[in-house]
Amino acid sequence: MSTHVVRLPEAQLQPLLAVYNASVRSRRRHTLLILACVAVAMLLASISAEVSLSKLAENIHRFPSYIVRLFFLENGQPVWTDFGEWFWGLQRWLRLLGETLLMAYVGTVLGAGVAFVLAFLAAANVAPSRWLRIIVRRFGEVCRTVPTLVLALIFVISFGLGPMAGVLAVIVHTFGVLTKLFAEVIENIDMKPVEGVSSTGSPWHVAMRFGALPQVMSNFTSYTLLRFEINVREAAVMGFVGAGGIGQDLVEAIRKFYYSDVSAILVLILLTVAVIDMLTSKARHRLIGLEGKP
Amino acid sequence: MSAMRQRYPEHFQRFGRDRFVMAAIGVGLFALLIYAMGRLGFFDGTLLSGLGRLFEIVGLMLPPDPGSWAHVKTYSISLLETVAIALLGTLSAAVLALPVALLAARNVTAQRVVRFLSRRSLDTIRSVDILVWALIWINVVGLGPFAGALAIMTADIGSFGKLFSEAIEAADRKPVEGITSAGGSHIFGIRFGILPEVFPVLMSQVLYYFESNTRSASIIGIVGAGGIGLHLAEAIRTLELQQTSFIVLMILVAVAAIDFLSSQLRFAMIGRRGGVSV
Repeated sequence: MSTHVVRLPEAQLQPLLAVYNASVRSRRRHTLLILACVAVAMLLASISAEVSLSKLAENIHRFPSYIVRLFFLENGQPVWTDFGEWFWGLQRWLRLLGETLLMAYVGTVLGAGVAFVLAFLAAANVAPSRWLRIIVRRFGEVCRTVPTLVLALIFVISFGLGPMAGVLAVIVHTFGVLTKLFAEVIENIDMKPVEGVSSTGSPWHVAMRFGALPQVMSNFTSYTLLRFEINVREAAVMGFVGAGGIGQDLVEAIRKFYYSDVSAILVLILLTVAVIDMLTSKARHRLIGLEGKP
Repeated sequence: MSAMRQRYPEHFQRFGRDRFVMAAIGVGLFALLIYAMGRLGFFDGTLLSGLGRLFEIVGLMLPPDPGSWAHVKTYSISLLETVAIALLGTLSAAVLALPVALLAARNVTAQRVVRFLSRRSLDTIRSVDILVWALIWINVVGLGPFAGALAIMTADIGSFGKLFSEAIEAADRKPVEGITSAGGSHIFGIRFGILPEVFPVLMSQVLYYFESNTRSASIIGIVGAGGIGLHLAEAIRTLELQQTSFIVLMILVAVAAIDFLSSQLRFAMIGRRGGVSV
C-alpha cells in the first residue's frame, strides 16, 4: 500500500505556515512570561524566607546523618540489635498512643455529631432560614481556618495542660471541616424524595429524616471515617503545645536529642496510622460496595 | 399486601439481622465514646471550670488590637514571610515531586521494584508530620524561615508524589500510543503524550496546596521555623490576648485572599467546572 501525502500548492501553504508559526510563537511567549513571573515571585520569596543555598550546601550532610543517627542507640549499636533498649518506654508510649487515639475518636464523633445537625441548616437547598444558613457557614469557616494548634494553645490556657485542650481543638476543627463537606453532600441530593415527603404535610425535620437522610448517610459516614484518619495524625502532634497525646514525648525526644527514642516513637506512630488507614479504608470500601446493592 | 409480605419478607421484618448488627455496632461505638470521654476528663469538672475561663479569655480577646503600629509592621513582615515560606515550599516540592511521581506511575514505569520503592518512600514521607520535619530541618539549617520552607517542601513531596502519580495514571493512553506508533521514544511519549494532558490537573493541585500550606506555614513558627507562628505563640503564652486575636485575624484574611487568588487561577486554567477532586 502506497500512501500519497497531499501537499498544498506553495501559494496556499505559505500563509497557513505563517499563521501556525505565529500561534506557536505567541504560545511560547505566553509560557515564558508565566515562567518569568514565577521566577520573580520565587526570588522575592527566597529573599523574604532567608534562603541561603550556601548554608544548605554546607549543612545538607547533616540531614542524612541525622536520619541515620536516629537508628543508633546511645551505646553506638544499631537499634535492631536490642529491641528492649530501643523500645524501653514501650508501656508509657503505648498508653500515650491510646490516649491519642481516644482524643481522635472523641474529637471525630463529637465534631461530626454537631456538623451533622448544623449541615442541614447550612445547605442551600434545604436550609429553613437564609440568615441561619449564612451564620452557620461563616462560623464553620472560622472554625476550620484557625489552625488546630492555635486553638490548642488557647485551650491549654483555659483548660490547663492535658488532653482536654487537644480534644476540644480537634472537635472544633472537625466540626468546621465536616459542616462544609456535609452541606455540599446535601446540596447534591435529589430533591424529589424531600418534596414527596413534604407534600404529605410532614414538618421539616420529618422531610429531612425520610427524604434527605437516606441519600446522604453513606457519604457522611465515609467523610467521617476519612476525617478520623486525619484526626489521628493531628492528635499525634497536639502534644507539641502540651495538649496531650504522644506528641509530648516526641517533641521532648527531638529537642533533647534522644535519637533512638525519636525513631521508636515515630515507628509506633507510623504503624498506628498505617493500621488505622487500612481499617478505615476497608470500612469505606465496604460502605461504597453496600451502596451499589439494591 | 400479604402477597408483598410473602415475597419480600426481609423488608417487612422489624428487626432483621442487619438491623441487629447495626444496633450492636452503634451501642459499642457509643460505649467507647463515653469511656473515652471519661478517660479524657470530660466528667470531672475540668470541662465546666475550663469553659468558664474560656469565655473569660474570649471576652478579653475582643476587640482585636495590635497594641502599637510597630507591632502591626512586625506582624505584616512576618505574615509576608509566612506566605513566602508557603510559596517556596509548594513550588520546589512540585518540581521535585514530578520525577518521583513519574517513577511511581504504573503507565510510565514498567519496573515493579522501582515503582514499589518510590511509592513506599512517598508514603513514609507523608506520614511524618510537617512539624516533625520542621524540627529535623532546624537541626540542619538552624532556626528561621528557611527551615520552615524546607519542611513544607519535604512534607509536600510526599503528598504531591502521590497525587501526581494518580493523575498520571488516570491519563488517556491513546496520545502515547499515537506518539509511539509515529516512532517516538518512551521519553517522547511522556513529554508529548502524558504531560500536556495532566499539566493543568497538576497545576490546580499545586495551587490548592499553596492555600493549605499558608495555613501550615502559620503554625510552624511555633516550633521556631519562621513566619507569623512565632509571634502568635508568644502572644498567647504571654497572655497578650488582644494581640493574639489580631494576629489570628490577619492569618484568616491572608488565607482567604490566597484562597480567592488561587481559585481564580485554577478556574482560569481548568474552567469553572473542571473536574479535579481534592
